[in-house]
Amino acid sequence: MSAVDLKSGAGGLAGMRVRLRIAPVYLVLLALCAAITWYNPSFIEPAGLMNFLRRAAPLAILTCGQLFVLATGGFDLSVGSLITFTVIAASLLTLGDALLTWPAITFLYGVGLTVGLVNGLVVHRLKVPSIITTLGMLLMLKGAALAWSGGSPRGYLPENFRAFGRLVWRDIPVIDTLPLAVIVLVIFVAISWWLLHSTQFGKLALAIGDNARAAELSGVLVGRVRVAAFVISAISAVTAGILIGGYSGVSVDAGNGMDLQAIAAAVIGGVRLLGGRGSVPGAVAGALSLYALFTLLNFLGLPQPVRLAVQGAILIVAAAIAGRQRREA
Amino acid sequence: VSDIVRTRSRPLSFRPSPAGWIALGSAVAFAIIALATGQAAQLSWEGITGLLERMVALGITAIGQTLVIIAGSIDLSVAHLISVSAVLTSFFMQGDSNGFLVPVVAVLGIAAFVGLINGLLVAWLAVNPLIATLGTGLILQGVLSAAFNDFAGAVAKSFQSFAYGTIGPLPISLLTFALLSMNAIFVLRRTVFGAHLYAVGGNSAGARFAGIRTERVVITAHVAASLLAGVTGLYLASRLGSGAPWVGESGLYDLESIAVVVIGGTLLSGGRGGIGGTLAGVLLFAVLDAGFNMIGVDPFLKQILRGAIVVAAVAAYAFRTKAYVG
Repeated sequence: MSAVDLKSGAGGLAGMRVRLRIAPVYLVLLALCAAITWYNPSFIEPAGLMNFLRRAAPLAILTCGQLFVLATGGFDLSVGSLITFTVIAASLLTLGDALLTWPAITFLYGVGLTVGLVNGLVVHRLKVPSIITTLGMLLMLKGAALAWSGGSPRGYLPENFRAFGRLVWRDIPVIDTLPLAVIVLVIFVAISWWLLHSTQFGKLALAIGDNARAAELSGVLVGRVRVAAFVISAISAVTAGILIGGYSGVSVDAGNGMDLQAIAAAVIGGVRLLGGRGSVPGAVAGALSLYALFTLLNFLGLPQPVRLAVQGAILIVAAAIAGRQRREA
Repeated sequence: VSDIVRTRSRPLSFRPSPAGWIALGSAVAFAIIALATGQAAQLSWEGITGLLERMVALGITAIGQTLVIIAGSIDLSVAHLISVSAVLTSFFMQGDSNGFLVPVVAVLGIAAFVGLINGLLVAWLAVNPLIATLGTGLILQGVLSAAFNDFAGAVAKSFQSFAYGTIGPLPISLLTFALLSMNAIFVLRRTVFGAHLYAVGGNSAGARFAGIRTERVVITAHVAASLLAGVTGLYLASRLGSGAPWVGESGLYDLESIAVVVIGGTLLSGGRGGIGGTLAGVLLFAVLDAGFNMIGVDPFLKQILRGAIVVAAVAAYAFRTKAYVG
């Protein structure tokens, strides 16, 4: 669903019913922000908003990555454990040594590239459904992270590695504070936006998700586009993992469940599951909405697991609405 | 009709199906590993029933998964439902204070209700089955983890015989598993409902034109799958003495039940397959488990290998498919 959408009705009234429509996700996001402000007025101040963006950045980045896989009609459930792997591997590689930060980051992106390539090739060449492929990858990455760390990760990350998630510049005019994580977020979103909405690749990705057979018959190299989508998703997971390592430190639970959060966020943002429709601004707004919802649930004092139930309900409702739209179309 | 069946079953030629080969290969592999690691005791009656008992939990779940997959749907909520029913079993029983009949009926009732919801979402609201059951699974897990964070209550003493008791030389759990398997085979091969399952999974629109109430068939399959996941929860509670909110998820019953169904030759898109293949897949997994234990593979490496084997096994069937796989 694009931000502004010209909807024309059927039949003789077509001309009358053309109107501007704002995608519901933006209204949802506004409502949630208003509700949070009700509980915590400092949320609306520049510093509060920047802090919110900093905390939501990993999920928003992950959702952008997931969007590419969803657009081509697949799912990537391995990103959560790729985040776990990233955080644990970073601590084991650097052992707190600041000089090793950049080599470690290079290595981690190499791992991300490999994971994405393997996921994409297994799905495309071996025809294993992406849900099974990426669940298998999830097991392997989690097992690898645990085996490497001996089951109980120790150690800590060097300060310059943690800076990506933690560093905040203060006393900036207008916006007051500027976290480095928000800059990373803006760059990642800008690249995703450009890739999906301004390049041939993005149009092909959506075309494949809409009708793979038709795309193939019209000469699209379906395999390359799909593999690239999985690679982008894996890269987004490594980026999110680097940010998360910055503010929550080393643990086996880092990234747990974030794969489903990213899918739920994309669905809230109007991305159609099983492909063919989705936009980067929608996905980002969806991620921010979901994170705002979590923040609100926190304020209301609801226990953490309720998040899961809320996500489940969101998935079902969104898919039911999408199912109805598809049948009407 | 019986003549046709007889001529098609080729009683004289011994040519195992792919599933037969998997079962045979697994059995041989088990024997070789047992002998090679000097644990010939594993080949005794106790060793073999022990191997078969490893099949029970995954096997019962996988029977249900086979039914929904044949009907063209899928169930990703089973692992969470197993946790819910395991916890509720021991919570309802509270040791010996409440007997075991009422708690068992209550747990199965809840499981059937979850199946009904899954079925209604898939058949009536046309929600993609992956998403619908992922969603119900998340809701179940969220509510369960909010209410319980550790082992809850305890099962009745007498109820532990479900997992540990024997009738003559045969463990009760194995007998239950065998009965459920035969029942499912009978339903699929010899009943109208079984024929309808294949018809709906193979071509839903065609089945509807032929007068089959496709929604009802899909809903029934989902209720059956959830009931069987409920039975698995009962079994795990009986074996552990108490249910914890992570038993289903940590057992990977969602991924593995789907994997064994596919390994057994059932098409993920529905309409073709059977229980026999699924059982062969379950045996393969039990042998892997037992084999890793005998060799003494590091538990984390075991997880890596399992992930790789699941994908490889599905790929072995799937790579010839022409269709676009999502």
